Amino acid sequence: MNLRKLAYTRPWRVFIAGFFKENAVTYQLLGLCSTLAVSNKLENAIAMGLGVVFVVTISSALISVLRRWIPGQYRMITYMIVTSTFVIIVDQFLKANFPLISAQLGPYVGLIITNCIVMGRQEAFAIKNGVGLSLLDGLGSSLSYFYTLLILAFIREILGFGTLLGARVTPESFPVWVVITMAQGAWFMLAIFYWVFRRAAKLQPAEQG
Amino acid sequence: MLHPLIILVAAVFTHNIALSYLIGMCPMLAMSRRVDTAAGMGVAVTFVLALIGPLNWAIYRLVLVPTHSEVMAFLVFIIVIASAVQLVEMLMGRFFPALHSSFGVFLPLITVNCAILAVSLFVMLREYNLWQTVTFSIGTGIGWGLATTIIAGIRERLQLVGDVPADLRGAGITMVIAGILALAFIGFSGMVAIQ
Repeated sequence: MNLRKLAYTRPWRVFIAGFFKENAVTYQLLGLCSTLAVSNKLENAIAMGLGVVFVVTISSALISVLRRWIPGQYRMITYMIVTSTFVIIVDQFLKANFPLISAQLGPYVGLIITNCIVMGRQEAFAIKNGVGLSLLDGLGSSLSYFYTLLILAFIREILGFGTLLGARVTPESFPVWVVITMAQGAWFMLAIFYWVFRRAAKLQPAEQG
Repeated sequence: MLHPLIILVAAVFTHNIALSYLIGMCPMLAMSRRVDTAAGMGVAVTFVLALIGPLNWAIYRLVLVPTHSEVMAFLVFIIVIASAVQLVEMLMGRFFPALHSSFGVFLPLITVNCAILAVSLFVMLREYNLWQTVTFSIGTGIGWGLATTIIAGIRERLQLVGDVPADLRGAGITMVIAGILALAFIGFSGMVAIQ
């Protein structure tokens, strides 16, 4: 009973809109660079995804707390300073605890700062709404990014390396598909995912071209 | 040590930032509707990169490394980028109004173009010297502009034919075009080799 009521509350709707219908990657087309670049291996995708979830959620909440004191014309630079502070935390954490993953991700961790999901959620939602809702909105959007990354990485690691989290899953005779691990394969994979997702979520088609 | 000119060629063709590092894609998808917009944005990005790449290099080498505050690099880079872009826009509006009206509209968008920040991060990670930084920055700008302009050209033609599946229209088909273009760019590989 309580669970069914929950589905009609505002916080739940805010969360689920970001989580599914307005998927950050395929609906809002945000955060594409890192989606493609780090989704060739599952462990990279997990590290990057959790980093983005952390940064988006916390920074959305913080912007929401500060929203009465942020002057309108300086809000962009405020977003960037808040975001980069949290990105530095993620970067240092990865460097200290997972140096190998940190080396593989390279500059892409720093690029979370310009990942449009972060600024998109801050500008579109956190600056106008309360702390609790902003937290849920950030969580929903960034989790949609996270599962998109996981799906892409899952397929690409199996096809491209024949492994899953480093353990071999395909038989030796199965040839690895090198192109899928490179940028070229990433483009095609994302286009296919975009197609399937938009069809499944019954989104309005974009204009011709 | 790599010769600066090799880095320039690599940044434009073999290691194109948009096609092989997948950086700067959000503006690429948004700006590649028309050839003239794409080319204008390419020029603006190249100009800003030529300014910011060496600037961030100097700040990193001369301020952050001697004071052992490399941790602050992300924060410093993004503040430098945001303020330099603002400054360029103001100066251009004051002294070159004609130039400002033709591609000044692109300038504010550049702050959130990840290619700009990525150049500073790559320079930091690969420990380039000043000349390598200059050619890498300019090459990256040209490479990004080139890829975006080619994609815009293909999209313009595609609009005339226009028989794209409904759910793939817009960004979806642009990703496919970029993928094919990236495959074509493999043809350049072997010309020069950097890491």
